[in-house]
Amino acid sequence: MSVDVAVEQLTAKDFASDQEVRWCPGCGDYAILAQVKKVLPELNIPREKIVFVSGIGCSSRFPYYVESYGFHSIHGRALAIATGVKVARPDLCVWVVTGDGDGLSIGGNHLLHAIRRNLDINVLLFNNRIYGLTKGQYSPTSEIGKKTKSTPSGSIDFPLHPLSVAIGAEATFVARAHDVNIKHLGAVLKRAVAHKGTSFVEIYQNCNIFNDKAFEYTTGKETKADATLVLEHGRPLIFGADRNKGIRLNGLNPEIVTLGDGITEDDLLFHDEKAPEPTLAYMLSRLYHPQFPEPIGVFRAVQRNTYEDMLEEQVAGAKEQKGVGTLEGLFEQGDVWTVD
Amino acid sequence: MDGSETGIGTGTATSTGGKTREVSTRRLDHVVIRFAGDSGDGMQLAGTQLTNTSAAFGNDVSTLPDFPAEIRAPAGTLAGVSGFQLNFSERLVHTPGDGCDVLVAMNPAALKANIADLTEDGTVIVNTDAFSAKNLEKAGYESNPLEDGSIASHALFKVQIDKLCSEAAKDTGLGNKALLRTRNFFALGLVYWLYDRPMVTTEKWIETKFAKVRAVADANLKALHSGYYYGETTEVFQTRYQVNRAEIPPGRYRKLTGNEAVAMGMVAAARLANKTLFYGTYPITPASDILHELSKQAHFDVKTFQAEDEIAAVASTLGASFAGELAATGTSGPGIALKGEAMGLAVMTELPVVIVNVQRGGPSTGLPTKTEQADLLQAMFGRNGECPMPVLAASTPGDCFDMTIEAFRIATRYMTPVILLSDGYLANGAAPWMLPKLSDLPDLSVQHPQANGREFLPYERNEFGARPWAVPGTRGLEHRIGGLEKAAGSGNVSYDPDNHERMIKLRAAKVAGIANDIPPIEIYGDQDADLLLLGWGSTYGAIISAVDDVRSKGKKVASAHVKYLNPFPKNLGEVVQSFKRVVIPEMNMGQLLPMIRSTYLVDAIGFNKVQGKPFHIKEVVAKIEELLEG
Ligand code: SF4
Repeated sequence: MSVDVAVEQLTAKDFASDQEVRWCPGCGDYAILAQVKKVLPELNIPREKIVFVSGIGCSSRFPYYVESYGFHSIHGRALAIATGVKVARPDLCVWVVTGDGDGLSIGGNHLLHAIRRNLDINVLLFNNRIYGLTKGQYSPTSEIGKKTKSTPSGSIDFPLHPLSVAIGAEATFVARAHDVNIKHLGAVLKRAVAHKGTSFVEIYQNCNIFNDKAFEYTTGKETKADATLVLEHGRPLIFGADRNKGIRLNGLNPEIVTLGDGITEDDLLFHDEKAPEPTLAYMLSRLYHPQFPEPIGVFRAVQRNTYEDMLEEQVAGAKEQKGVGTLEGLFEQGDVWTVD
Repeated sequence: MDGSETGIGTGTATSTGGKTREVSTRRLDHVVIRFAGDSGDGMQLAGTQLTNTSAAFGNDVSTLPDFPAEIRAPAGTLAGVSGFQLNFSERLVHTPGDGCDVLVAMNPAALKANIADLTEDGTVIVNTDAFSAKNLEKAGYESNPLEDGSIASHALFKVQIDKLCSEAAKDTGLGNKALLRTRNFFALGLVYWLYDRPMVTTEKWIETKFAKVRAVADANLKALHSGYYYGETTEVFQTRYQVNRAEIPPGRYRKLTGNEAVAMGMVAAARLANKTLFYGTYPITPASDILHELSKQAHFDVKTFQAEDEIAAVASTLGASFAGELAATGTSGPGIALKGEAMGLAVMTELPVVIVNVQRGGPSTGLPTKTEQADLLQAMFGRNGECPMPVLAASTPGDCFDMTIEAFRIATRYMTPVILLSDGYLANGAAPWMLPKLSDLPDLSVQHPQANGREFLPYERNEFGARPWAVPGTRGLEHRIGGLEKAAGSGNVSYDPDNHERMIKLRAAKVAGIANDIPPIEIYGDQDADLLLLGWGSTYGAIISAVDDVRSKGKKVASAHVKYLNPFPKNLGEVVQSFKRVVIPEMNMGQLLPMIRSTYLVDAIGFNKVQGKPFHIKEVVAKIEELLEG
């Protein structure tokens, strides 16, 4: 992704398309859209170099509402389309907006493979733990036992944890944010764009129509501090309204401890988003409410070559080795003979 | 075209080591020879060498490999037999031949799997060393066919190929196992003597291929020469055959399979469009060679992407097309089934992509290594909604090159996905291909719009009904596309009922309008005949050859070949209506047939074969004769 320094200064308004936004009033998607539109002008990337690709679902309407290039595709395939865009034009800043159904159910295969290829794209997975567009069936992130239109007796599917999946697929950048915690969301989005490689961001998003308050524990005034842990690189894992609770390792298992009584910060786990091995990030991705606070922020940010860079290198290398191909040369490949 | 002798030559003297013997030489107008053996016997290589030698000598050639269905079937079993058939001729040939005149069988299984295709007076050369009791049993023979008289109608030549190979190159220091690997060259050398072919092409090939392993090069050369001298010295063979040069238009030639031709066509199209090529695909038989060929062409700015599945393959292709590259995907029928939804998205977003279907036997996994034409209706109608797409079909391996370029011309001019149909027979079959003149190739240059101060309408249409191909990175043309119905002009999402019908009609009219931009169908043979054979795809060679054959007997018949299946050429209706009878040979249960009957209300009849094998010329001849008499 190239950064054009001579770009005129744009504002969030310049990224608003002329399309009427059609999410339900009160949907968490509005807050995410607002943050994205706020972050885009700060990137110093010309509007025409930004491409939003999406699949199908409520979240996938996103590209229509951003004044840039956009591709609202078919269910689950956004990452595959984005792969073609990025491979064709590595200079473009490519975003994928997907949901828990689009990205983890029908499009699960593409998610795994796009992540492992480490294309320099930004993937925002809006997780509302429900199918919204099709009016309320359980999704791959719905909790076991969840009663929905398609599971009147409760879901018997064990849920996937999006960040664990991403880490398992060798993600180089993994983060989590909340739709309503907008400052934090904005900061995470900027980190995601700045990362060279596939940035995977799970955004907890409230579907106030079919799964209202699914994440209330992480946003409610009362519960928020105890149910959330803000990750900071190089800092100990501390949380709680009084910031007196921490996560410590007991053998291979994390446990919650209270600071004081002989327990100091030094006994706690320290966050290291740059750890070469994803073990810590994976463990953090397994911390779930109500047993644990749920971490937000950047879990993992490591460097690895991107697919498109390596492909460009191979093309350049082939040209250097064989010379730039010409049509005549193309036809003359192989055993050629002359008939007079 | 039954391998008839066109002349008998005078006796020639042949000598080695002071000995001379009389060998007669016969002239043939063509020979069909099949090499058959275990997968590990190098039969494809022997066949390819004879092909290259014959082509360089000046014959016209046509070839078809017959790959075993199982990759690693146990040695000596029927499932593991690999074959290669070659037709070399002093006339122009259009098929690899019906049956074969000569069968080289390296073991009992190879004999058993192929003997039925040998002409009645044909020649069999067998490696007797492989006819052990164990191998006979593996092939399912109860008694030895070389001794029980069951193949007595053929001229049988028994050669101890294993033993002769071991002897020939024992001073190379290689072990016996390695020496036995040269037996394909021994058989080839013998065939070279029998058909009076120069060995130099193969000698050069061996030298280059095994330049780094001298002993192996020597062993193979010795085997080749021993085979040749075996024919010359021993008294086993009393006759040699000559197939003279064909009258081939002068020019530079190379041999090309259909898959190679598709790959080359794609690279050429990208160069002609001044664009880079993106090929997104997932490995599948028999289309994978297109990927293999293209992945060698990175120095032509070719980017190949082996996706995680068929859907990602086509979806990435759409992404690359949206981003402004020349983009294509290739697969076989099962892959098309998976790509269907994304192909609909390509129709809706009106993006230029080329989708190649190298058809194979279906349904489901079917017969992966065998050929069939049963995906035509899938190409026409296999998507949800009103989803018209141009459909082209190549008719010969070389035609795959032209039709690939044509597919891109239509895709980019009309902003539409285009399906190109090939099949396993074209994909693997090879024929000489005259290198095209650059000046004969079309200009595929594309104009991408730039902002001009006016409001940009992503679904505004030009004289071809095509919308503008505005690519990301173009300032002022930011826009959104997608799979939801589009408002005419603006391209905004629209649920308006009248707009939906209008857009359906606009998309259909755009595809139908391509009929104004393609060549009319031509009639081959007798314009005033009562009977027309109407074909499409790889049946071309068999149909043309059959028409020639029937006409050479003084009867009247015509044929026409449909290369554009959607839309049809404008004059096709007139053509089919001008014949009393129309018969449509297809390697399916009748798919062009209902299209022709319903489009033109003609009482065409089908002639169908669905055995995973191409039509034999004689089958088509028999059908024509039956219809002419009936
Ligand atoms: S259904 Fe739920 S996720 Fe969809 S727009 Fe409405 S509130 Fe948002």
